[in-house]
Amino acid sequence: MTIPIEALKRKKEHFERGEDRRALEDPRAELLHLEEQGELVVQKIDRETISVSTKYGREKRIQKAHLWHHKSCGQCGHIPGYSTSIFWVMRKLGYDYNDPQDQTSCTAWNYYASATSNSAAQAAVAVRNFAAANETGYFPLIHCGTSYGHYKDVREELIRHPDLRAQVRDIMAKIGKPLVLPEEIVHYSEWFHALRHEIKAKQVRDVSGIKVTVHPACHYYKLVEGDAIYDPDIYGGQRTAVVTGLAQELGADVRTYSTWFDCCGFGFRHILVQRDFTRSFATLRKIEVMKEEADPDVVLTHDTGCVTTLDKSQFAAQAHDRNVGVAVMSEAQFAALAMGAHPYKVCQLHWHSADYRPVLEKMGIDHERAWAEFQADLKRLENGEKRYLDWDDVG
Amino acid sequence: MTQTDAHYKRPQVAGYADVPLAEKERLFEQVKSDIRFGDYLYGCYECGICVAACPSARFYDFSPRRIAQAAAREDAELIYQQMQEDIWECSQCFSCLRCPRGNNPGGIITIMREVAVNNGLASAKEALMGYSRIIYKIMSTGTQVSPDMLQPDAFPDWGPETSDVSVNLDLWRRALPPETLHTTSTGWAVADKTLIELYLIWFHTGALDMIAEVDPGLHAILAEVMEERLEEEGIEI
Repeated sequence: MTIPIEALKRKKEHFERGEDRRALEDPRAELLHLEEQGELVVQKIDRETISVSTKYGREKRIQKAHLWHHKSCGQCGHIPGYSTSIFWVMRKLGYDYNDPQDQTSCTAWNYYASATSNSAAQAAVAVRNFAAANETGYFPLIHCGTSYGHYKDVREELIRHPDLRAQVRDIMAKIGKPLVLPEEIVHYSEWFHALRHEIKAKQVRDVSGIKVTVHPACHYYKLVEGDAIYDPDIYGGQRTAVVTGLAQELGADVRTYSTWFDCCGFGFRHILVQRDFTRSFATLRKIEVMKEEADPDVVLTHDTGCVTTLDKSQFAAQAHDRNVGVAVMSEAQFAALAMGAHPYKVCQLHWHSADYRPVLEKMGIDHERAWAEFQADLKRLENGEKRYLDWDDVG
Repeated sequence: MTQTDAHYKRPQVAGYADVPLAEKERLFEQVKSDIRFGDYLYGCYECGICVAACPSARFYDFSPRRIAQAAAREDAELIYQQMQEDIWECSQCFSCLRCPRGNNPGGIITIMREVAVNNGLASAKEALMGYSRIIYKIMSTGTQVSPDMLQPDAFPDWGPETSDVSVNLDLWRRALPPETLHTTSTGWAVADKTLIELYLIWFHTGALDMIAEVDPGLHAILAEVMEERLEEEGIEI
């Protein structure tokens, strides 16, 4: 083969490395600078905060109350006890919030599945939601790990590319909103981590006998990695501290396993239309490894797709006598249970597939009685006594 | 083959010899012209860390390293092959961001997928076959999945609990304490004005037009639904 001299010259030209554009050191400072220049509006943190450390040491402030809940498609649609538990814990700690209807999906699940969108549309959807939050005065709290990671990517793109900012500003003008980004992009699991001592103070159920494995969600800590929360006292600062920090605070027996870095197998399009991959990966690389190496009672994670994948993939594998069969839930549901939440009225575990009853028994919860209580409530709805259950009904 | 493209994978190897090189280069130019491309590609140590971290590489004939290297070499032949055969295997988990060189092979794939959709490539049409109802759901309602999708015939591998949800759906949704979650055909209650704003975003960014290349029927339905709703609000596109 001819040596491609000209191509090699071009190649060298292309790989003169300039500025490291992988991630901004301090996106908050960049946002405030752009705001000074009139390029965008920054929604400020304006209530009491708790400071936590991100991966490379930047301090991130987590606002405790007055939060605008950016809900998650998969949580609300298929595992509603996830969202309900987040709200329930916040209510029990006495913090006010806004659960908006003026919110769309980030649409990133679809984007990562089908690519039927583009960077301008993705940024405009994000900014529309942030502008809606800003209008209420409540500070955004993102429920979904993918929304959180994707929004951080969008923030980087908007900061780096003036043309994209101009395009998004133009689109926002057509719907009567400014280009708004919040001072910090905060995932709900960061709020739970920051407030873990307050959650611990309200704990009423002993979880010290519960063996836990943690699946850290890819889009939480792999996208814009420097913005995720780490703590040198948790895994020596080598893995994100969220979820594990809370489980340890509650006294659970957190155990490690070798494939912690692997994704769950969700795959975005795979979970919907190519689940042979999802099932195989979730069971062979995650659940079976956890069972073999750590024998957990429950797998805790902090994202929509991870709970769905790790929970739902076990049923088919059981038919093949694989070493599966472990409860899967979010750390929000686990914390709510530890704080005394009802397993069905609040945590809605009947929407889950893997058997969660053994872990409830280990927590001292009579799940048969709890189910009967839930059924009694459903009767009230069926006989027309009430149209909906509300917060007063669930304790 | 000219001197300057001698570094390309030969079409006899890369396949798709019937597609002119100029067309393959045109598509790669679209990939390269995306504003994110320069942020996603820096070079390659050929260390294979991205492959070791990649879930799709374990189950498919797929390699994020090949994606980054083909893009770095600007090998339009190989990139075309990857756009037709590889990109839809990616899990988009971004484990490949572990790259010590700072590459983002998953991000390059996102861009390649967009180009595949925009140009109606066969791989995009095949990958999205069966996915249309999801695109319809997210673009028309603003939520990606809904409780009423949990039908046992759609998710037979998720166990009998899926059937329980399906049978009790309305009742179980009414038992949820958050008021926004009483819905069955959307993940949560989305306000009308919010949907209007979302539709305007799809129109003004060209996102709606992208559907036309891969699924003209779906595009026609979505366009009609959105235009009708916008017209009701007195908004003309």
